[in-house]
Amino acid sequence: MNPYRVYGKGRIDHRAPVSFTFDGKTYEGRRGDTVASALLANGVHLMGRSFKYHRPRGPVSAGSEEPNALIGTKRGTGRYEPNTRATVQEIYPGLKTNSQNTYPSLKFDLGAVNDAAYMLFSAGFYYKTFMWPKSFWDKVYEPFIREAAGLGRSPTERDPDHYASRYHHTDVLVVGTGPAGIAAALSAARTGLRVTLVDENAEAGGTLLSEPQAVIDGAPAWDWLEAQLAELKALGVRVMTRTTAIGYYHQNMVALCEKLTDHLDAPDPDMPRERMWRVRAGQVILAQGALEKPLVFDGNDRPGVMLAGAAQTYLHRYGVLVGKRAVVATSHDSAWYASFDLHDEGCEIAAIVDTRADLRADLVEAAAARGIEMHLNHSVSGTDGRLRVKSIRINRMRDGKAAFGRRIFCDCVLMSGGWTPSLHLFSHTMGKLAWNDDLTAFLPDVKTEACQIAGAGRGLWGIEAALNDGFAMGAAAAEALGKSGATPTLGVTHDRTGTGVTQIELPTDRSPSSARAFVDYQNDVTAKDLRLAVREGMRSIEHVKRYTTNGMATDQGKMSNINGLNIAADALGKPQPQVGLTTFRPPYTPTTFGAFAGYHKGGHFEVTRKTPIDGWAEKNGAVYEPVSLWRRAWYFPQNGEDMDQAVARECRATRESLGIFDASTLGKIEVVGPDAVEFMNRMYTNPWTKLAPGRARYGLLLGDDGFIRDDGVIGRMSQDRFHVTTTTGGAARVLNMMEDYLQTEWGDLQVWLTSTTEQWATIALNGPNARKLLEPLTEGLDLSDEAFPHMSVAECTIAGLPARLFRISFTGELGFEVNVPARHGRALWETLMDAGAQYDICPYGTETMHVLRAEKGYIIVGQDTDGTVTPYDAGIGWAVGKAKPDFVGKRGLARPDLVAPGRKQLVGLLTEDHSKLEEGAQIVRDPKEAVPMTMVGHVTSSYDSVAMGRPIALALLAGGHDLMGEIVHIPMPDRIIAAKVTGTVFYDPDNTRLKL
Amino acid sequence: MTRFSALSLLKNAVSGNKNWTEQWPDSQPKDEYDVIIVGAGGHGLGAAYYLAKEHGITNVAVIDKGWLGGGNTGRNTTIIRSNYLYDESARLYDHALDLWEGLSQELNYNVMFSQRGVMMLAHNVHDVQSFKRHIHANRLNGVDNRWLTPEQAKDYCPPLNIRPDARYPVMGAALQKRAGTARHDAVAWGYARGAAARGVDIIQNCPVTAIRRGADGAVEGVETARGFIRAKKVAVSAAGHTSVLMDSAGVRMPLESYPLQALVSEPVKPIFPCVVMSNTVHAYISQSDKGELVIGSGTDQYTSYSQRGGLPLIEHTVAAICEVFPIFNRMRMLRKWGGIVDVTPDRSAILGKTPVQGLYVNCGWGTGGFKATPGAAHTLAWTVAKDEPHRINAPFTLERFTTGRLIDEAAAAAVAH
Amino acid sequence: MLLIHCPYCDETLPELEFAYAGQAHVVRAADPSSQTDEEWRDFLFIRDNVKGVHAERWQHVHGCGRFFNALRHTVSDKFLTTYKAGEPRPVLDDTERSA
Repeated sequence: MNPYRVYGKGRIDHRAPVSFTFDGKTYEGRRGDTVASALLANGVHLMGRSFKYHRPRGPVSAGSEEPNALIGTKRGTGRYEPNTRATVQEIYPGLKTNSQNTYPSLKFDLGAVNDAAYMLFSAGFYYKTFMWPKSFWDKVYEPFIREAAGLGRSPTERDPDHYASRYHHTDVLVVGTGPAGIAAALSAARTGLRVTLVDENAEAGGTLLSEPQAVIDGAPAWDWLEAQLAELKALGVRVMTRTTAIGYYHQNMVALCEKLTDHLDAPDPDMPRERMWRVRAGQVILAQGALEKPLVFDGNDRPGVMLAGAAQTYLHRYGVLVGKRAVVATSHDSAWYASFDLHDEGCEIAAIVDTRADLRADLVEAAAARGIEMHLNHSVSGTDGRLRVKSIRINRMRDGKAAFGRRIFCDCVLMSGGWTPSLHLFSHTMGKLAWNDDLTAFLPDVKTEACQIAGAGRGLWGIEAALNDGFAMGAAAAEALGKSGATPTLGVTHDRTGTGVTQIELPTDRSPSSARAFVDYQNDVTAKDLRLAVREGMRSIEHVKRYTTNGMATDQGKMSNINGLNIAADALGKPQPQVGLTTFRPPYTPTTFGAFAGYHKGGHFEVTRKTPIDGWAEKNGAVYEPVSLWRRAWYFPQNGEDMDQAVARECRATRESLGIFDASTLGKIEVVGPDAVEFMNRMYTNPWTKLAPGRARYGLLLGDDGFIRDDGVIGRMSQDRFHVTTTTGGAARVLNMMEDYLQTEWGDLQVWLTSTTEQWATIALNGPNARKLLEPLTEGLDLSDEAFPHMSVAECTIAGLPARLFRISFTGELGFEVNVPARHGRALWETLMDAGAQYDICPYGTETMHVLRAEKGYIIVGQDTDGTVTPYDAGIGWAVGKAKPDFVGKRGLARPDLVAPGRKQLVGLLTEDHSKLEEGAQIVRDPKEAVPMTMVGHVTSSYDSVAMGRPIALALLAGGHDLMGEIVHIPMPDRIIAAKVTGTVFYDPDNTRLKL
Repeated sequence: MTRFSALSLLKNAVSGNKNWTEQWPDSQPKDEYDVIIVGAGGHGLGAAYYLAKEHGITNVAVIDKGWLGGGNTGRNTTIIRSNYLYDESARLYDHALDLWEGLSQELNYNVMFSQRGVMMLAHNVHDVQSFKRHIHANRLNGVDNRWLTPEQAKDYCPPLNIRPDARYPVMGAALQKRAGTARHDAVAWGYARGAAARGVDIIQNCPVTAIRRGADGAVEGVETARGFIRAKKVAVSAAGHTSVLMDSAGVRMPLESYPLQALVSEPVKPIFPCVVMSNTVHAYISQSDKGELVIGSGTDQYTSYSQRGGLPLIEHTVAAICEVFPIFNRMRMLRKWGGIVDVTPDRSAILGKTPVQGLYVNCGWGTGGFKATPGAAHTLAWTVAKDEPHRINAPFTLERFTTGRLIDEAAAAAVAH
Repeated sequence: MLLIHCPYCDETLPELEFAYAGQAHVVRAADPSSQTDEEWRDFLFIRDNVKGVHAERWQHVHGCGRFFNALRHTVSDKFLTTYKAGEPRPVLDDTERSA
């Protein structure tokens, strides 16, 4: 039993009761209700509290522009969201909702003390105070302000729902399913174009749903609507409801957010909650209609005061009367029609108050016929009532001034300050607007995208005008896409055309400085605040907005921007265009983060690249580390080892016998062509001409600024073919850089580049027994040191698999790297593990690799170098082919600062007390210097070295190559560590173990 | 100028707030100034303020093509920190931080500098090494920065997801407790009010179309939409538009302008106590006093002056936030916007003199100019007043791009600013 | 998201397939070693950063892999034309320039 329900009216299902709760109390609505319409049907207007003053508030609108009726919505664990508009959220059985920003309760809120002290909280008050004492801002004032602000509470649990995202291509996208949108879709679709029609509401129809009295082309509006939707369906038009066009991006891409489950009784858990569509359209038709403006008067925010158009919508769409005794306050004809409709369904219209002195005779007659009291040329100077409006105070106007007021008792006030075109999506395109003085509104002017604006969105009023404009714009869009069709013109009777005047805050006979005439309801910005901002020197609307927060609430200024502009312009004595319009930003309505993230969540946030051997590592207990997009086996702990123990064991096993390492993540590029060697000469610092096929060389790549970019071993497979390896993280970057130079600088070279990173699985075998393991498995190649010395490469067969075999080492031990087609990687690995059992073969991870290479002083680009290091700094000047006329980076290397003395150079460090240094620790020469100390370098790599029996470190040190044997100091928080500067090669400096 | 105090607020409240006076006048240009600053953002207004206050140079105009504070000052995510690696950067940003700490009192304007702490997340071994390098360098430079374990990081910021199975697990964090956020508009307004009170002209809606040089090569003044205005010293502080202006003076700049986007959520009660930056996943987040989650994104890949920015980047940014803070998945985006940032090859600013006599520049802050506002303004005023580099801004020359003496924080640490 | 015409594939495709590659027609000297420090600085770092029609390079990185040039208006982000690497910059008429 809903006391305010008009049975038989509206588009809800009167036979389908639906129970839900609001602040713990159960209410009954009907299938098709929103939370707001259902609560209103129960006589409940009070739904929330405002942001700053905690004033009681009820819904002012019936749509997504609602600033007041924001609630928390909950559906079981993890499914809670704050700030949901009660005017949009459809009810379903079991929906739990709560009011927000209240303590201890909605009806009695302590925060409302702010309201009593409103004079202190004038616009910008917080810029003028809270500065004394200084320490109080962080500790006292700010926490207080934060707790008072903020509306709802954030979710605190993981979201169990998932979100989808899709692309969609269409010839014409129509936004809005009111008469203009339907007509535009029809005329475009009739030419054979693919058309998509979207609307944010649950049901298509827009204004037509609130104006059933209209007769279109001889048919009642709702019948006409049903017939057109059927035709659209027959024409193949995709009609999407509960789908908001949230943003209009470059080159006619519109983002749509489709809500899929928030209205369902028991959604399938496999169904996404929302779906983000990225629509690319040939033409976009914006038929978003217009938004009704509130009137600005003292007490215009009391629960029960709402837009007349909203009351009309509640009646016709939901069968709800928003009150039993209404006063209508307006400056536009449309509210008169709303009052007639409500009157005719049994709501007493206590009075129609219009600011205008002269009204259309037919409206006056229609009101008189209904016995409605009329007060023309009247202002409104206040309302009363604590949690619901009880009365309204109106004043006759003389010469624009308000005379003494009189009260009229009522339980709701329906107001209309006229209508303003919805320009949001058009604004996203950076399209230019033009001010129209007659309509006191901005209208779309210069377009930047392929779009048409139809209907009320460009200032047209009435169903017939919107409809016929829709047909014309649909045809215009079709024509722009090379199609032509008819542009029908339909007649509409019982249409409600009308006009109005625009008001700033209404005149009052009371002190304007105590008037609480709200412009931005949610943010509690009053007309007075706007005038204060202007008085304080805020001359552009952008300043006024930021100073007062007008238009920055969750309705994004839909209710407040135009009233704010009119009042600010009045205060400045300037026309509105000179004061400016704040730009509307996407999204059109607040949009769930999860819908933007879409599938990019958890394991799908970004792809995880895995090598062909990854599965074996996982099975064998590897601990992983992320390296660029890859996950790499970091170490293989056994029997509860920690990382240090595991790494020490892996290091020892490799140096003593045999280690096996998955190096498949190394970047690999095949450089092929008659000019391959010339290309390599130009690209890399090293000379390549004399490198014989079958031999390999360490290659160093610089940027043209002279700094190290990448490195890797490069094998010459034949005269015209190189097998290039890169660092794991650098693979794509190096290929792009090569392509860039090849395509745009050296078009003369005949070279082809192919990424082969994922084609090869690469297994490194290191240790004195490496050859013994490989020899019996290798066919077609003599692995002896004489036939296949260090830095050799050959194609052969290993374990029956076609392979590219390198004899190289990143450990200082006898080493081989076997490349086999990726699909055979795992099999080869397992074969080698089986065959290596006799040598106690030990799989090792990236940490052991790092330790072993550091013992040999082999650098890691990105760890021992950092984008500011030259080959000479890194001590690898021997890799620079100085005799070459040019290579990438040669000129850069000659720049003044790169050849200046005192550069940071790579050295070894051995601590005097044998403690392990921390990577990143800074080096000083004078340990006694006060802070700020003069830092001369930092530790780049530091490890406990089993082979050396002590910790070792590499460091970049200013002038380091000239400081061999000297002592430097590393100040730590608790002590200062002294270390001796050494060369970078700690282990086997004569490379005897490479030559086994 | 009315002095702001609790008392003045009370007095005005009682009198219906009718007696507040304008915070700065809408000045009309004179024929000549001692100094013209092009660009009325925080940097430009701040430089004018310090010129007047510390150097007694008050015949100054700050000229802007639009409204003051309407550029990047009013479009950024307001992160303030100084835990930079290199001595040069640490000194500049720490100087700024020192000034931030007293700025509200200095300006008698509450800029709401909130030292909530900025936490930078390490997601891989390379991040850990890099952040520790920062922490050690900062300690020896006297700059606050400390290392947190994942558990300590979660204690500091409870919404943080530190589950080891995350796609980018949190391996630790660097925390600068002195760092935080401020109210961006208030910085521009506070400097404007302070500068105007000392006689500086703030000229809005007056595009500067060119910088004019005399026969001797020295600066003579600026051409504007309201005619030529004479000045022997011109400082360009017009983020996003520096290249175009400097080009008119014959100085080609190592700058590219990129779109940068940011967004806020709907406001909620306090849930997020600090600032968190993750360079690996490219997301920055804090909660404003109003309750909105303020989220910063990276730059789009192409240069642009459109202030628009594309959807894919925003999608990635929001996904990154939800990955690190999964409880925010059901929060809603309220508004997103774009700015234009000038980016130099080493991602550090250019601040000080130029090859042209009388022409000074403050540009190239990339995505991180807000935090430097007081420091950059303060030292630029010094340089303009004395026509010589300030100890702190001296390394930030144009010259470094010729010699190769770059201040390359990004290359050094893969850390975006 | 921009739509970009690859002159090699002769298809108009979304930005996600492409990588921006900076200002076009910045020529690397035939003999860099003969360049002064200033000339080399200009090559490495100095850019026009045009507010207006900008000649720039893109790579169809997730497509054919080719680098090509484009004229794009940096205020509207509109592409006026794209052309192959090595081709001279096309001459536009005034209406296009103000796009």
